[in-house]
Amino acid sequence: MRRRIVAVAFCAVAILAALAAPFASEAPDGLQRVARDEGFAAAEQPHTFDDGPVAGYEVEGVGGETSRGLSALAGVVVAFATAIAACWTLARLRARRGRGAGP
Amino acid sequence: MHVPDGFIGVAASAGAGVVALAGLSVAARKAEADLDDRRVPLTGLVAAFVFAAQMIAFPIAGGTSGHLIGGVLAAVLVGPWAGAICLAVVVVVQALFADGGLTALGLNLVNLSLVTTLGGYAVFAALLAVLPRRPMVVPAAAGVAAALSVLFASTAFAVEYALDGRGGADPAVVLAAMTGIHALIAAGEGVVTAGAVGAVLSVRPDLVHARVERETPRLTERPA
Repeated sequence: MRRRIVAVAFCAVAILAALAAPFASEAPDGLQRVARDEGFAAAEQPHTFDDGPVAGYEVEGVGGETSRGLSALAGVVVAFATAIAACWTLARLRARRGRGAGP
Repeated sequence: MHVPDGFIGVAASAGAGVVALAGLSVAARKAEADLDDRRVPLTGLVAAFVFAAQMIAFPIAGGTSGHLIGGVLAAVLVGPWAGAICLAVVVVVQALFADGGLTALGLNLVNLSLVTTLGGYAVFAALLAVLPRRPMVVPAAAGVAAALSVLFASTAFAVEYALDGRGGADPAVVLAAMTGIHALIAAGEGVVTAGAVGAVLSVRPDLVHARVERETPRLTERPA
């Protein structure tokens, strides 16, 4: 893929995420709902990062909607970079093995 | 469907961690075949899109919310193995936001990254093998596979709950409730995945994973 297309597509995803995330439903998801209905919701333990700077997609010190937008943006950037780093490494590993296994 | 800490005991959670590690190692090894310099940026875009889509929860019936999981979408676009890695990246990043527990990370990796991508892709590949080669078949098969992948993930949680669930609910009831409540979410996953795959196929068919190109060559040729 050409770099410009990747950059444009990435920006589109990032902007969309930042704009849409503040309006996401905060109702319990399917599993939380089942946990409540079937009576095992109380088994939930606090998350290790509950006091972290971005717990629950709320950035510390920033108000609700902006906070969720920022979290979405940060998450999209980190997910993009991490996936590329991981897959780039795998592609390099194969290239190196390919050369080593040559005749 | 992110499992928080505490729903499943430590033993089964650790077991799921081992399964996740083993599964992702295999995925990493197999993904190499699908990855070249042209496809690596696409994995980044897929991970970014899936993270974004999973944040955007929609209200569904009865005060519950649902969102795309994106496992089958990722698998169809970058291949099942690289797709599993993309979803694993998303699940790990979400755990940093305290979405999905840390001791439950293995459970979430199994349910959301391995079960949806590999299980869903198996259905997708089986459907492509038996269905006629028509333009609508690839998106339709992806949609059906995506819908089923959500039910697979729901079932995976119910199995984990049966093995080592806390809070005293009946595992059979949990299975029924999980698949029941996720049926609607599954339908949404199917529709969105079919639409997204159809859109990519019509604009950039070359971006759809090689397996699809091989099995349906006429569909993925660029129009002259």
